[in-house]
Amino acid sequence: MKYLLLKHYRGAPTAPNDVPLDQWTEEEFATHVQYMADLSDRLRASGEFVEEHALLPRGTFVRSDGPGKPAVTDGPFAETKDLIAGWLMIDVDSEERALEVAAELSEAPGHGGRPIQEWLELRPVMTGSERPDW
Amino acid sequence: MNEPLLRELVPGVIGVLVRRGADFASAEDAVQEALVRALHVWPEDPPRDPKAWLVTAAWRRFVDATRSESARRDRELAVELEPGAGPVAGADDSLWLYFHCAHPALSPASAAALTLRAVAGLTTRQVAAAYLVPEATMAQRISRAKRTVAGRSLDEPGDLATVLRVLYLVFNEGYGGEVDLAAEAIRLTRQLAAAVDDPEVAGLLALMLLHHARRASRRGPDGRIVPLAEQDRSTWDTALVAEGVAILQAALARDRLGEYQAQAAIAALHCDAASAEETDWPQVVEWYDELLALTDSPVVRLNRAVAVGEASGPDAGLAALAQVDASLPRHAAAHAYLLERSGDLAAAADRYAEAARLAPSTAERDHLTRQAARVRQSLRG
Repeated sequence: MKYLLLKHYRGAPTAPNDVPLDQWTEEEFATHVQYMADLSDRLRASGEFVEEHALLPRGTFVRSDGPGKPAVTDGPFAETKDLIAGWLMIDVDSEERALEVAAELSEAPGHGGRPIQEWLELRPVMTGSERPDW
Repeated sequence: MNEPLLRELVPGVIGVLVRRGADFASAEDAVQEALVRALHVWPEDPPRDPKAWLVTAAWRRFVDATRSESARRDRELAVELEPGAGPVAGADDSLWLYFHCAHPALSPASAAALTLRAVAGLTTRQVAAAYLVPEATMAQRISRAKRTVAGRSLDEPGDLATVLRVLYLVFNEGYGGEVDLAAEAIRLTRQLAAAVDDPEVAGLLALMLLHHARRASRRGPDGRIVPLAEQDRSTWDTALVAEGVAILQAALARDRLGEYQAQAAIAALHCDAASAEETDWPQVVEWYDELLALTDSPVVRLNRAVAVGEASGPDAGLAALAQVDASLPRHAAAHAYLLERSGDLAAAADRYAEAARLAPSTAERDHLTRQAARVRQSLRG
């Protein structure tokens, strides 16, 4: 079963150890980055890793303005909008295991070397399973 | 070179290496490498005896790998190279491999991956593509699975029920990447049925054939789900149906009923009917009762409620459905279907919409969304 773990720049509930990055020491930051890399490596080794990507915080909302008309954008994301920071996709045996991985990701050390306990969004990916005959 | 034919040889070749004293994990690696080599060499230079060629090539690779490691691990290998207890006879070579790859210690997904590589002879890349994960991830999954079953003796009795569950899991995965997993599962189940005399193995093979026979009608040209009542029965593969029915009848005659035979019997009753209306629904319900007695599965209870709705009318179906756990996947879909048949269109439209929100796959979501739209439209007249 595949699950998508979504990290938010903005829009998730506030984490217990929510200190802006620019207030961390260099060493705290290095420890954090190393923790994330190690977790991904563990997921690769366990055969559960599918994909991970980080997203730039900048972005725009875009829509068509009708056939043949140029697209319309509403500029950068407003401060009130949910903002995805990136994602990790895993393929695991159970929902329990998905929750375990999410908790491990949330444990990443931050300011003061303590876990950030960041809130992560866990979303099941739709499958191609066959339905019964009716 | 016909790749599927080549793959048929894989279990036997792994078996020869293991009987010569190779451990399963190394033997499997060596055979996989020999297979890749064969695909490369044979088109130009076909062998006289393909299996002997593969055995020679794989054994050579195994010995080379062992030598290079033995520089490091002499003493360990001396132990590892003690010939293990060999299987009883040549025909059993592939049989112990099935048990080995579907060992109860493995998760279903790992067992399926290992079976596809070691028994079916697919490459890691092909298995990864079928399951939409990176090749490196699948390689790890397979090598962990191999480590999990390493060192298990070849003469311990295997768990046939686990093997059947894994094969059915592969079958239901359908079509992934360049490999038709349903066809692959049928091929493996045929091999197993030839090697082990068990009515449930025959039952599973019959179930797969009867299901596979109707595959073309289950999806429209755009990939949309076509419900049973609307399937074009002229597209059903009559040869596969006949074969499935013959295998099932021979299995049932042995009077050792199991869940796969019961499911195959239900599939056969669908194949028997010239139209959905002509289906012998009362008998379908009877087989569901048998299946319930065997499995006591909530999913069976759900599908039985739908069949009761056909056999005894939608109100009876709704009453049966009321006894089923409502948190079950597809409960809302079954409820909507029965409500529509009972004429309660407003409630049916709401349930279809709810079922679409809960659907586990995009194809089902789209199907249920269309059902909701269709019923709402008929309400508006």
